[in-house]
Order: sequence, then C-alpha cells, then structure tokens
Amino acid sequence: MKYLVLMLPALVSLCVPFYNVIEPRLFGFPFFYWLLLLLIPISSLLTFLVYKGEKR
Amino acid sequence: MIAHLNWPATAVFIGFFLLVSLLGFAAAHWKRGDLADLHEWGLGGRRFGPWVSWFLIGGDLYTAYTVIAVPSVVYAIGAYGFFALPYTILIYPLLYAAFPRLWAVAQRKNYLTAADYVLGRYGNKWLELAVAFTGVLATTPYIALQLVGMEKVIEALGFEGQGLASHLPLSIAFLILALYTSRSGLRAPAMIAFVKDTMIYIFVIAVIVIVPMKLGGYGAIFDAAGADFDKKVAASGGKLAAGLLLAPEQIMPFITLAIGSTFALLMYPHSMTAILSVRNGNTIRINAIALPAYSVMLGLIALMGYMAHAAGVHVTDPQDAVPHLILTIFPDWFVGFCFAAIAIGALVPAAIMSIGAANTFTRNIFKPFVNPGINPREETWLAKLMSLIIQVGALIFVLRASTRFALDLQLLGGIWMAQVFPAVVFGLFTRWFSGWALFAGWATGMGLGTWLAWTPNAWVPVHAVFGANFAVYNGVTAIVANILVASLLSAALPNRARDETRTEDYVDIPAGQPAA
Repeated sequence: MKYLVLMLPALVSLCVPFYNVIEPRLFGFPFFYWLLLLLIPISSLLTFLVYKGEKR
Repeated sequence: MIAHLNWPATAVFIGFFLLVSLLGFAAAHWKRGDLADLHEWGLGGRRFGPWVSWFLIGGDLYTAYTVIAVPSVVYAIGAYGFFALPYTILIYPLLYAAFPRLWAVAQRKNYLTAADYVLGRYGNKWLELAVAFTGVLATTPYIALQLVGMEKVIEALGFEGQGLASHLPLSIAFLILALYTSRSGLRAPAMIAFVKDTMIYIFVIAVIVIVPMKLGGYGAIFDAAGADFDKKVAASGGKLAAGLLLAPEQIMPFITLAIGSTFALLMYPHSMTAILSVRNGNTIRINAIALPAYSVMLGLIALMGYMAHAAGVHVTDPQDAVPHLILTIFPDWFVGFCFAAIAIGALVPAAIMSIGAANTFTRNIFKPFVNPGINPREETWLAKLMSLIIQVGALIFVLRASTRFALDLQLLGGIWMAQVFPAVVFGLFTRWFSGWALFAGWATGMGLGTWLAWTPNAWVPVHAVFGANFAVYNGVTAIVANILVASLLSAALPNRARDETRTEDYVDIPAGQPAA
C-alpha cells in the first residue's frame, strides 16, 4: 500500500497515450507539459505523507 | 583567439570560476576530518545533513551535460526530450524505498561503494568486480561529457582557437578542478554545489520569467516551436518524427527510456558516493521529498529548447541552442553569469564522478585483484591519485577523441549501468538470489544490451523487440534478460556463499528516535 502511494504519480507518468494531447491548455502550456510538471510536486507531496505516516 | 571575446561576460565568468576554485581548496578545512582516511576523503566522513545533501545530490545528478543535452533534444525533435520528466518522477520512490537500507548496511559495515556492499552480501569477488568494472567504465565518458558542456559555453563566450590552443581554457579549468578534488575530496564539490545550484536556480528563474515576457507568453512559445516542427517534418517528407506531441512510434521508446534510465541513474558511482555521504537514513528520505524541486527546474530548462525556436535561434548543432538563446535575450554581464552557472555545473558532478570511480577502482579492483595487502593510508593515497588520473584521462579523451565517441559511450554507459541494478538493489530486500546467478545475469545483460545497440552505421538506443512492431530501449530489454537469467540460475543453484550482513543491519535508526 505504502509503495503503491509512492509509485502512483510515476505510474500516471507512464500512461503516455492518456496525456499525449494538446488540450486542455493551462497558461499556454499544452496538457502533455503541464501534467508532467504538475506530477512532480504531487509525487513529492505523497512521499512527504508516507514519511509522516512512518514517523508516527 | 580572443578578438571576438565578449569581455563583460567573460569577466563575470572568470570571477565566478575563481571564487569556486578558492572554495574548492578551502573545503579541505570544512567539517574537519583526517583526509588521509578514505571514508573522510571519499565520503566527507558521512556527516552531511539534509541541506548540504540536497545541494550535493542535486548538483551531482542534474549535471551541466543535462542542462545542455535535454533542451538540445527538445530543440531538435520536441516532446521526446521530455522523457527526462517521467524518468525523474520514477527515481525518487526508488530512492525513498531502497537507499535508506543501503545507507544503513553501508554505515554499519563501512562500505564505501556499491561493489563493497555486493561483496559483503554475496561473498563473490567476481560479482564485486563486475559491479566495479561497470561503474568505472560508464563513468569515464560521462566525465568527458561534462567537459563538452563546459566547452560549449566557453565557445559561446567568443573564444576561438586552432588545434590544441582551442582547448586551452577548458584544460586550465579542468586541471584546477583535478587538483582541488584530489586535495579536498568530496568536501570540495559539496561546498561548490551551494554556489552552483543557487546560480542555476537564478538563471532558470530569470529565463522562465523574462523570456515569455519578451516573446508573448508561453502559448506563443509553444505555437512558434510547433510551427517550426511542422515545417521540418514536411520538409523531410514525413520521415522525421518531431513535434509538440509524441508520434505514435515514439511512445514506447519514450516510456522505456524513462524506465531504463531509472534503473541506471542511482547505480552510477557518483550517485552512490553522494547518497552514502549523508548523516542518516532520514536525510535520504527528506531528500526524496525535496530533490524533485530540481526535476521541476529540469523541466523548465527543457522548455528552453522551445524558447530557442520562438526567439528565432537557428543553430546547426542543437547543443548550441541554449547558449545562443542566452546570448540573444540577456545583457552581457548576465550572459557571463548564466554561462558560469553551466560551467560550474560541470565541475560538481565531474569531481564526484572522479571520486566515486577512484574509490571503486581502489577498493574493488586494485585491492582484491592486484594487491590485497594495501593498508588504509595507501588506499586513500591511491584513490587520490586515481581521481587525478581519471580526470586528466577524461580531458585527454575529449581533446583527442571525437565528441561523437564520448556520446556513444555515454549511451552505452546507461545500458551497462542498469545491469548492476539486480545485484545491488534486489539484495537489499532478499537473499534469495545467488552471487554466480547475478553474475551470469549481469554478463547476459551487458552482452545483449551492447549487441542490440550496435548497427553498422551508429550505436542506437532503441531496438524493436523480437517479433513486436514497436521499439524498446535496449537497457530495458537487457535488464529483463538479466533478471530472467539471474532468477532461473538462482532457483537451480541456491545461494550458499557467506553473507556478512544480517537482517537488522538494513534497518536504519527508526524514525523519530534520537540517533545513538
């Protein structure tokens, strides 16, 4: 479970056909680009939550 | 030679270079330790906390070559160059899950390299040699490519020359680097990394704010790049695959390149060195949370490939795209700052790579196979000497051999480095595999990966997998074969060799408790 949470954004980033599109754009960025850039902080946040969970 | 030199930019560039050179020599006195002890020289005494490690590991993994190469692929063919993002998203769960365990066992048993650990775990010095040999082999061309990154910006400053004289600034810079690395060890890049990373962040933030203002926003940048790609593809008669999105035939290579590179990255000796130099397991976990900041930065640097299109930069060598973009948009003094950031960005990884490769050569090749009687002081002396030899070797390599050759070796290096992954990482979780089986798997992966990469005209990164109609990164095909062979042989020949590690050695101090 813990490892699944850690891996989730990475698994999304491997589902390339799903995000290999231009629309919807965000601030001029095609979907392909803003999704990948957004997955990075999401991955970081999930790792932080797992870390907090382990510490308790 | 210097008739067309951009003087303001060069003055700023040299100023920063002198500053970090002084830091490199002064670093010997930082967090004082006995530098005649290999664990002090090569791992900084394992006492770097979260902040220092964030700068050090970030400065180590995101190299100058990356800053030049990733946007150059984006400039040339577009979306495909962004494989670097899924790749860096995959890296950190692996770092979080596996590396605190490796750190714990390495700290208890005083392992300095991945090959040290493999010997302790599997009691097989041939497997140790395989891991060490792969590391040294893959690292040397990587150091050479850092030099290529540096040379690109020195050229862009306007320095010209014939023959060997054209490499004079690079040679001076690299000899200074080699001297302070062998003197200060890992402390030198750790200290310089503060300057390097701060400069790179300033450079990137300036670019992502100012360039869209000048060019009409990100939408306009993407549109301009997309239009350029459409023209290029049409001109090639549809043969070239390039654009803002991946062509269907690029999707599998994109995915497998990201996965295969993940297996390889943390296996490189320079990654191991930086990660093992931390103070405790939680420093690694905190960095798995904080290091992705560098991935965002890398994504933004990749976008510079598109910005170059929008700014009307036309270069025949895509590797010149970023330096020329900087020259087009910034005033001279800030050009010097940005170029210094990239050049110093080459020094940090080059230093750590040479230290990692030198430690590995000394402990895992020289000691077991040439002179087992070497004492710890001689071992440190030899490692310092090796770090000098490796750096000078990389310099000569760049001066004498073609850049093409270094690039080919780097491409193969990624495939090769992934082949030690089963031996190093599987062992952290299970002792089911046997040393000889892992050795056979490694040999299979090395052979298959190299064979797949070879074509009569050039070395290629991807290859259609037997019978399928799509191409897969050779590193992935090779590691699958590697794991299959290792598993089958381990089932047939159970592991009876000595294991000097115990289950409890892999657990670092439980989170939340004070360090013992």
